[in-house]
Amino acid sequence: MSHKHLHSIHVSHYKHTAGCATEVMPIPDVVKISMSQHIGAPCKPLVQKGDYVKVGQVIGDVDAFVSAPIHSSVSGTVTGLEEMRSANGGVDTLVVIETDKKQEIYEGVKPPEVDDLAGFIKAVRDSGMVGLGGASFPTHIKFNPKNIDDVHTLIVNGAECEPFITSDHRTMLEDTDDLISGMQLAMKYIGLDQGYIGIEENKPDAIAHLDKALADKGITNIKTFKLQARYPKGAERVLVYEITGKTMDAGVLPADMGVILSNVTTFAKVGEYFRTGMPLISKRMTVDGDAVAEPKNVIAPIGTMISDVIAFCGGYKQEPKKILMGGPMMGRAIFSDEMPIVKNNNAILAFSGSQALVKEETACINCGRCHQACPFNLIPTALADAYERRDAQALSDLKVMQCMECGSCSYVCPARRPLGFTNKLGKALVKEAGIK
Amino acid sequence: MEKKTYSNLVVSSAPHIVSNMDTSRIMMMVILALMPSLFVSIYVFGFRVLTLTLACVVASVFFEWAWNKLMKRPQTVGDLSAVVTGVLIAFNVPSGLPYWIAVLGCFVGIVIVKQLFGGLGKNIANPAITARIVLFLSFATEMTTWPLPRMAVDATSTATPLGILKEGGGDLPNNLEMFLGFIGGSMGEVSAIALLVGGLFLIWKKIISPIIPVCFIGSVFVFAAIYYGVTGTGDALDMAVFHVLAGGVMLGAFFMATDYVTTPLLPAGKVVFGIGCGLITMIIRLWGQYPEGVSFSILIMNCLTPLINNFFQKRMYGGAKKHEK
Repeated sequence: MSHKHLHSIHVSHYKHTAGCATEVMPIPDVVKISMSQHIGAPCKPLVQKGDYVKVGQVIGDVDAFVSAPIHSSVSGTVTGLEEMRSANGGVDTLVVIETDKKQEIYEGVKPPEVDDLAGFIKAVRDSGMVGLGGASFPTHIKFNPKNIDDVHTLIVNGAECEPFITSDHRTMLEDTDDLISGMQLAMKYIGLDQGYIGIEENKPDAIAHLDKALADKGITNIKTFKLQARYPKGAERVLVYEITGKTMDAGVLPADMGVILSNVTTFAKVGEYFRTGMPLISKRMTVDGDAVAEPKNVIAPIGTMISDVIAFCGGYKQEPKKILMGGPMMGRAIFSDEMPIVKNNNAILAFSGSQALVKEETACINCGRCHQACPFNLIPTALADAYERRDAQALSDLKVMQCMECGSCSYVCPARRPLGFTNKLGKALVKEAGIK
Repeated sequence: MEKKTYSNLVVSSAPHIVSNMDTSRIMMMVILALMPSLFVSIYVFGFRVLTLTLACVVASVFFEWAWNKLMKRPQTVGDLSAVVTGVLIAFNVPSGLPYWIAVLGCFVGIVIVKQLFGGLGKNIANPAITARIVLFLSFATEMTTWPLPRMAVDATSTATPLGILKEGGGDLPNNLEMFLGFIGGSMGEVSAIALLVGGLFLIWKKIISPIIPVCFIGSVFVFAAIYYGVTGTGDALDMAVFHVLAGGVMLGAFFMATDYVTTPLLPAGKVVFGIGCGLITMIIRLWGQYPEGVSFSILIMNCLTPLINNFFQKRMYGGAKKHEK
């Protein structure tokens, strides 16, 4: 497709673990399963202290539109509920389960029988699926847009533009059949004609592997789409533009562009659920960073403590100073490794060296690199000035609401100014001021 | 193995990695890019070029350091911008200039033009350009006494090619001599090829955008060609090349009209800035009192930069560019 590319930046890939076949972690002694694993209303625990739970059993759910049920990832005894300060500052409820390591499967776990859209949407909700690329928006809502008759294209995000992370890459290589069947199911029930899997060109093995699998199966309405290996090609709005050539403004849903879009791992998990009936109870993630002894890709039960995951990867080889859930560009720094794995974890990165340091901010030299880096042509330095004056109108005029907080501006700034973060504050200021 | 846990980790906003291109590295690249011109200048004018340049660098860094110390502001000499200013001030004066006048220029550039406005990033005018203008207006004799290039014979001082053009009194050097830099002039401005090498290096390393140099040099060329074509006072093409190679156009276009702080941020603004510099330079050269207009043109456009920025910012379209298939 011959349209122009959006601005992007070159970030070193650090894909050390791309060749590491995934290892399945043994069941830990204790798991703590968070009731806040999706955007929307948190789940209410459906179990209490002393209950015996089995693998795949629903332990949390809530009757809200934007929500998804939460299942036990282990068999064992609930020892209680705990409250935990989460990485974003809120308080999460955790269901603590002491595992018996027998991994007894819950009786209700069986492949769903579906023959129409309503059944498909219900099954996707029952699987507990959320957007596994990071935003953890409940998948069944994404699959059932208001204008479902207008959507025609499925875009599956295998870009994985964040440095270090290779878990989606491994999913494409290792769970190929589930990924393709998950896509076919979604296309069949939602009524989509064309499917694309967007993959950055730094993963030629994944592209070749999927091309071959699609050819072997005789599938012609799903194609791989090669993306530039630049950041942030995996951002939703950038991906829609790169594949369809259509500009997607902030606040617009993919469905408004005629597109259903989710991450490769989400579709692989949908495929797996329809094959086995096992809901979303474990997650593949990349464990890397200079503080980790043996970086690798791991499948861990949801609720496993991060410290246990790192212990499985040989423990820390140096004292960690910063630990990230997710990648270094958009991931969240957590203050403690005593936090459980949640559905949307795709990486745990532990750093002890220079990546852990917070760089000192110096004066803006007006070089314009932030503007050149911005996929949406914003002027982050002007936005930062407007924020400094707390000028909500100027922020709005300079289109701060278009910012998707990809952090490209902060990455390239030679004065080390936290421009992306300032934009986030600027957006909050505009919302507060009620400017439309 | 015993499991260790950590609960006192660093928390900060994303992104958690940054590019290794920071301010001091950018300045280092600019200093590197100025070196070819320095070497040619030493060859053409002798060893005093080096000592005068070093004097300007030391003075500039000292003034910035002392000012920060005096004002109890964070020390900023590590960003190397004062070194760049020092070299550029030296490049804008004749090699025979007394040291004390050069040091005074550094005081003007660093303290008055830069630090009084708030330091790096806040100054309105280019410190080196403004320092040159102050020295030029204050010490007209010293600033226009041009030591001989080593290639010249039978004289003790010379005139710049633009001076010859304005005042008469000699033959214009040919364009090849001017391209190589074997002519009279300010220390760093004489060799077009050395400046071109440095400028292309900066463009290749993506330190500067080519827009301003191309528009600046291009408009000087076009304006000169039109003028000589219409008036018939010289060969249009020959004189257009002459005006590009003469005086401070190369030094100004690549190294001073591309100063981030004092030039527009958006590409459209850069076009306006570059063309404005070229036009004002040629107007001064052809109709003004002075033979050379590069420094005045850059200073005038520096002053217009906030306006240009404002104009184009209001007109920029946020959000992705619309490129419908």
